[in-house]
Amino acid sequence: MKAERRKGGAGRFFQRMYLALVLLFLYAPILTLIVFSFNASKSRARWDGFTLRWYAELFRDPDILNALYVTLGVAVLAAALATVIGTLGAIGIHRMRRRSKALWLLVNNVNMLTPDIVIGVSLMLLFLFFKLPLGFFTMLLAHVTFNIPYVVLSVLPKLRQMNESAYEAALDLGASPGQALCKVVVPEILPGILSGALLAFTLSLDDFVISFFTTSQVQNLSTLIYSMAKRGINPTINALSTLLFAAVLLLLLLLNKRVDLAEQR
Amino acid sequence: MNRKYLAAPFSLWMALFTIVPILLVAVYAFTDAGGTFTLENFSKVLDPLYLGVLLRSVGMALLCTLICLVIGYPAAYFLAKKEIDPRGALVLLFILPMWMNFLLRTYAWLALLESNGLITSTLNRLLTLLGAEGEVRLLYSYGAVLMGMVYNYLPFMVLPLYTVLSKIDPRVVEAAQDLGAGRAQVLSRVVLPLSLPGVASGVTMVFMPAVTTFVISRLLGGAQFKLFGDLIEQQFLFTGDWNLGSAMSLIMMALLLLSMGLMKGFGDKEERGQDA
Repeated sequence: MKAERRKGGAGRFFQRMYLALVLLFLYAPILTLIVFSFNASKSRARWDGFTLRWYAELFRDPDILNALYVTLGVAVLAAALATVIGTLGAIGIHRMRRRSKALWLLVNNVNMLTPDIVIGVSLMLLFLFFKLPLGFFTMLLAHVTFNIPYVVLSVLPKLRQMNESAYEAALDLGASPGQALCKVVVPEILPGILSGALLAFTLSLDDFVISFFTTSQVQNLSTLIYSMAKRGINPTINALSTLLFAAVLLLLLLLNKRVDLAEQR
Repeated sequence: MNRKYLAAPFSLWMALFTIVPILLVAVYAFTDAGGTFTLENFSKVLDPLYLGVLLRSVGMALLCTLICLVIGYPAAYFLAKKEIDPRGALVLLFILPMWMNFLLRTYAWLALLESNGLITSTLNRLLTLLGAEGEVRLLYSYGAVLMGMVYNYLPFMVLPLYTVLSKIDPRVVEAAQDLGAGRAQVLSRVVLPLSLPGVASGVTMVFMPAVTTFVISRLLGGAQFKLFGDLIEQQFLFTGDWNLGSAMSLIMMALLLLSMGLMKGFGDKEERGQDA
């Protein structure tokens, strides 16, 4: 009995060691990047003292600031547009007959399953075909396109859970279809809409491949980092990475806390 | 008003920005620069030069998937044990890198592996101490690209595996133990078969981005190291041969849909097997 427990302890130790090693593999590169973002020398191997110089340069660099605005602007606009189109789309698809429902769900899935690089080049072909100059606007169109399917798929399950009679009851009680939609259907499916919007926003923030093919001069953070990284290592990218990592960490902690609170309630 | 018409903006958008572009790619793939029908673009891809790159991409993606599975399965299995991670905080640590922009993750390795990078310079200093001649170069190699892929996609393997493994009813495992199964037997005959749907989705989630990547190969493999994604990018942005690029895109799509169908069929069959 005792021996068995000791064996269990050794097993648990091994398991913890294994997880720690995998986490070390996942985090060591990021942590190195963070540490060297505070390094006074430009060297990547020697520590020359603490500095905030790279952060100061970051906030003075017009290209980086501009890319930040583009990234946020595209993400907010694309998420908003995709949420409206996707939510209406989901409500419509939900009411469709079997055949057309299957067709539009298939189109939705084709969009989701097509590799990013193919979506990127196909949209680039479309924009060039219609002589649209590649820039902020085309990037926005592309982001809305890859966001919509995720909104549809977040809203549809909520619609399936909804009681169909609620909408009809509202109509019977004298609500116009628009009122019934806004006051009965939307509040019911709101969690789905919100998670779809959040997903769209984060997907848009994170995208590189599709942005890369659908813009030329206007850069978002991803395409900017790519062109900077191709030219070589640059301490300002380290500083930028650190800030982005901190932002993601904060967001995830906040979300997790919200989930915790919701679970307690 | 019939609510199905609310889908009109959605349908219009998807028709214009999903169906039309894919049709456009198909048209380009089956025509030459003058616009006449041809199959030449596809036969060009069969050229040993391009075919070699395609095979290398598939091979690398398969190897990356395999490595992720070998490293990720035990990790997911240990994570799923409640006594190791009672509050799920570790799971969060495994998810966090997925949220980070994958360019930054790739860039982080670039910073470590380049000739002045921490790993390379430390290694070289060690070698000099040991009296060895010459310098090692880690960046711009097959190994660097593979490393970058595994690093980027490992969490995408761990997460679906963890989800499936943590849902396995502990009573099933206990029943197997009561019936005299040893540890290895419980693993191979109970846990592993029950986790196959997770394996299928993990493999899809790693293989798909790995086979299409062109960023990791460009940043960690250098300009000479080409994967199939690099070839597509090159046709559209540098060579300007949209017809060949479109044919390559179609081939890549077909390859992915095929492998996804395969994995899905595999996962479904396992699920049905569970019900029976």
